[in-house]
Amino acid sequence: MRILVSLVAVVALYLLAWVGVGVLGLRTLFGTVLPYAALALFVCGVAYRVVRWAAVPVPFRIPTTCGQQRSLEWIKPSPLENPHTGLQAFLRMALEVLFFRSLLRNTKAEVRAGGRLIQGSSKWLWAGALAFHWCFLVVLVRHTRFFTEPVPWCVNLLAHLDGFLQVGVPAMTLSSVVLLGALGFLLARRLVTGQVRYISLPADYFPLFLLLSIVATGLLLRHVVRTDLSAVKEVAMGLVTFAPSPGEGAHWLFYVHLFFVSVLLAYFPFSKLMHMGGVFLSPTRNLANNNRAVRHINPWDYPVKVHTYEEYEGEFREKLKTAGIPLEKE
Amino acid sequence: MTSEAKPDQMAYYDREKLGQVDLRPGGADWMDVPVNMRPGSFIYPAKEKHLQYFGLPNPRQWFPTDPDWKLPANWKEIIIEGMRERLSKYRSFQVFMDICVRCGACADKCHFFIGGGDPRNMPVLRAELLRSIYRREFTQAGKILGRLAGGRELTVDVIKEWFYYFYQCTECRRCSVFCPYGIDTAEITMMGRELLHLLGVNVNWIMEPVANCFRTGNHLGIQPHGLRDTLDFFADDIEEATGVRVEAPLNRKGAEVLFVTPSGDFLADPGTYTCMGYMCLFHEIGLDYTFSTYASDGGNFGLFTSHEAMKRLNAKIYAEARRLGVKWILGGECGHMWRVLNQYMDTMNGPADFLQVPTSPLTGTRFEHARSTKMIHITEFTADLIKHGKLNLDPSQNDHVRVTFHDSCNPARAMGIFEEPRYILRSVCNHFHEMPENTIREKTFCCGGGAGLGTDENMEMRLRGGMPRASAVRHVHEKHGVNHLAAMCAIDRATLSTVCEYWVPEVRVTGIHELVTNALVMKGQKKREVNLRLEPIGAQAEE
Repeated sequence: MRILVSLVAVVALYLLAWVGVGVLGLRTLFGTVLPYAALALFVCGVAYRVVRWAAVPVPFRIPTTCGQQRSLEWIKPSPLENPHTGLQAFLRMALEVLFFRSLLRNTKAEVRAGGRLIQGSSKWLWAGALAFHWCFLVVLVRHTRFFTEPVPWCVNLLAHLDGFLQVGVPAMTLSSVVLLGALGFLLARRLVTGQVRYISLPADYFPLFLLLSIVATGLLLRHVVRTDLSAVKEVAMGLVTFAPSPGEGAHWLFYVHLFFVSVLLAYFPFSKLMHMGGVFLSPTRNLANNNRAVRHINPWDYPVKVHTYEEYEGEFREKLKTAGIPLEKE
Repeated sequence: MTSEAKPDQMAYYDREKLGQVDLRPGGADWMDVPVNMRPGSFIYPAKEKHLQYFGLPNPRQWFPTDPDWKLPANWKEIIIEGMRERLSKYRSFQVFMDICVRCGACADKCHFFIGGGDPRNMPVLRAELLRSIYRREFTQAGKILGRLAGGRELTVDVIKEWFYYFYQCTECRRCSVFCPYGIDTAEITMMGRELLHLLGVNVNWIMEPVANCFRTGNHLGIQPHGLRDTLDFFADDIEEATGVRVEAPLNRKGAEVLFVTPSGDFLADPGTYTCMGYMCLFHEIGLDYTFSTYASDGGNFGLFTSHEAMKRLNAKIYAEARRLGVKWILGGECGHMWRVLNQYMDTMNGPADFLQVPTSPLTGTRFEHARSTKMIHITEFTADLIKHGKLNLDPSQNDHVRVTFHDSCNPARAMGIFEEPRYILRSVCNHFHEMPENTIREKTFCCGGGAGLGTDENMEMRLRGGMPRASAVRHVHEKHGVNHLAAMCAIDRATLSTVCEYWVPEVRVTGIHELVTNALVMKGQKKREVNLRLEPIGAQAEE
C-alpha cells in the first residue's frame, strides 16, 4: 500500500508532464515556469529549514563517543572517533559526510537457539548509500555542461573519465549506471529486508521512485531518444541567463525529465531529504567531547529548587551528631 | 518454568523459550497494534508521596493495566505544548524529529529488540512513536495527509504506548553509534519521559530514588548514621581480610579530595566490595580525602527523569565540595553518573572556579582534561598510580580470576574511557580476555537494566535485554574459561549479576577496584588468604 501510493504518485507525475508537453505543448510551463518555481522553493525552503534548526539552541554538549577519550598523556586518544577539539570534530564530520563513517560500522544481528547472538559485518548499506550519493554528485556536476558556455575543462574531464568504458555512442557513463544500480539496490533492500520494509513509509519510497525516474528518463534521453542536445542546452542556458527559451527542438521526454527534477527540488525541503542539511547540525556528532576541559553554556539555563546542605543538616542534625559526623552548627 | 514462580522472578522464564527470538517483524503495521502490557515487562507507577515530595504533577493511584490512567483533563494540550517547548529548546530533538531516513541501520542494534524481537524496540520505531505525533501536530504534510505522511492522532493509547516503550529503553546510545546522523535514542527517550512526567505518568523505581536522593543525598535513602555504620562495617571486613584497619572519613572539612561514588556501592553486593576496594586503595596511598553524607551519591536518577531533575540532584556535588573546602573531586565506578558528570554537570551547576585542577598528590600528574569540571574518574586516577609504580601489586592473588571487561554504556559512549580500566585490569589480573569486537567499547551492549529499568517487576525485559551481553560473556566463558565479568558501573554490578545468573551462571560480576585491592599488597598486611569477599584466593582457590 505504502509502495503503491508512492509508485502511483510518480506515474501520475509522468502522465502530467507527458500530457502537458507531449499533447498540450506547454513547453514554457514545464521548461521555464515550473523549474524556476521549484528552484525558488528549494533554495528558500532549504535555507528556511536550516536557519530554523540553527536557531534552536544546543543546551548541552552531548557527543556520542566512539573511541578513546583524551585523558592521560600515555594513553593514545582517537581524535576522529572522540574529538577533543573543534578541528577534530570537523574532521569527524568530514568522515561522516564524505564517507559515511557510521554506516561503515554496520553489523547484522541474528539470534540462534538458546539466546546466542551472532553479529556479522554488513557493509552493503554503506556501499549502496555511498555509491548512490557520490554518483549522484558526479552526474550533477556533469550536467553543468548544459548550464555553462564555454564548459569548464574540469567538467569535460570528468565526463571523459566517466565514459572511459567506451560502450555505445554517446559513451555510457559509469556514474549513471552505478547510480541506477545503487538506487535499485536501495529500493530492493527496502522491499526485501523485513526490518526495513516494516519501518518504511511512503516518504521513503517516493523519493526512490522519483530518483529512479529521473535517472531512467535521463538515460533514455541520452541513449535511446537521442534528443537534440543543442535544444536542451538552449533551454538550460536560457534558465541560468534569465532569458528563457522554449527549446522547440527538444524531445517531450526531456520535459518529463526536467519536471521530475523540478518535483524533486520542490519536494526536498519538506522531506527526509533534508538530512543533507541536518547531518551538519547533529549535536551528537558535530561537537567535541571536551566537556571536562571547556565549559559549555546553556543559553536558557534557569535556577532550580535544590535541597541545600543547611536544610539537610537541619533535618538530620541528631543523626549526624550521634554518628560523630562534624556539623556546621553544633 | 516452575509453577510457583511469578513474573518478577527469573525462574518464571524458560531459558530455551526466552532465547528464541525472531528478528523479522511482520504482520500488522505497528500503529495498529495495541500495547501488550504483560506482567514482567513494565514497571509499577510512582507512589504519590514521592511525586509530592519532589514536586511533580498529578500524584495519584493508578496502574498500567487500568483502562483509566486518570490523566489531567487537558492532557492533550499539555503534551502538545510540552513538545512545542522542547522542540524550541533542544536542537537535538528538533533535528532528530526531522532527518531520519529510516535506513534501518539502527534496527538490530538495540539489546531489547535483539532479545525480544518486538518491532517497536527497533530504535527507529521508538523515535517514530514521537515522530508520528510530531508530524501530525507540527508539520503541514502530516496535518493534511495524516497517516500517508507517517502522522497519527494523539490518543490515550499513544500515551500508554509511550509509557511502555520509553521505559523499555535504557538510554544506552548504542544505536546512535551506528546512525549516519548520530540520531540519539537516549535523547528521544529523555524527551518522551519528560512529556510523560507532565501528565504524572512515571515509574516508582525511578521516582522513589529521586525523592530519596533529594532528601538524604543518595538514592537508597541511607541516612548519615546509616552510612557511618556501613563504612565501619566495611572497615571491619577489610581488617578481617587484610589485617589492616582503614578509616573512611565523612564530611571532613579541609580534605584535599571529595570522593563521590554511586550509593549502590554502599548497599548492594557485589558493589560493596568495590567500595571496600576504594577504601583500601585510599588508605594505602595515604590519600587526604573524605566521603560526604550530603553528596552521598554520584548516581543521578534525575537523568532518567528530566533535565531539571538531573540538575536538582547534581547540584549537591559542587555545593558540598565548596562547603568542605576540598581542592578537587574524585568519582567512583558508575555508568550514568559519569554521563552526568562528563556531559552535564559543569553546564548545569558550574563553573567550579573555587576548585583546582585535579592533581595526583602521589605522581604530580595534572589531569588537564578535567581542568574545568575539576572531577576525574577513579580509573584515570588509579591507572596513573600504576603507571608511575606507586602501587605494590601482586596479580597472582587474582590468579583464580579469569576476567573479561564489560564497557558500561555511558563511560563508553558519553565519555570514551576504554583504555584506563583495561590497563588497570591487565595490571592486577594475569588472565584477561576480551569479548568479541562487536560487543565491546563503543559497540558495547547494555546490561538491560540501566536508565531506571533494573527492577524485578521488569524481569522479562531485563533478561531479554541482557541476552546480547550474556551471549558474549558465554562466548568467552566457553572459549577462555572466563569466570568473572568486571564492570565499572553500580547498575551493571547489580543487574548483570541477575543476567549472568540466568544466562551464564558460571560467571559472576565484580568491580575494577575490588580486583585492584585483591591484588594490592598493603603495608602491614597479614598473609592474604582470602579476598574482600572473605573467600580463598590465588592458586589455592583454583582447586
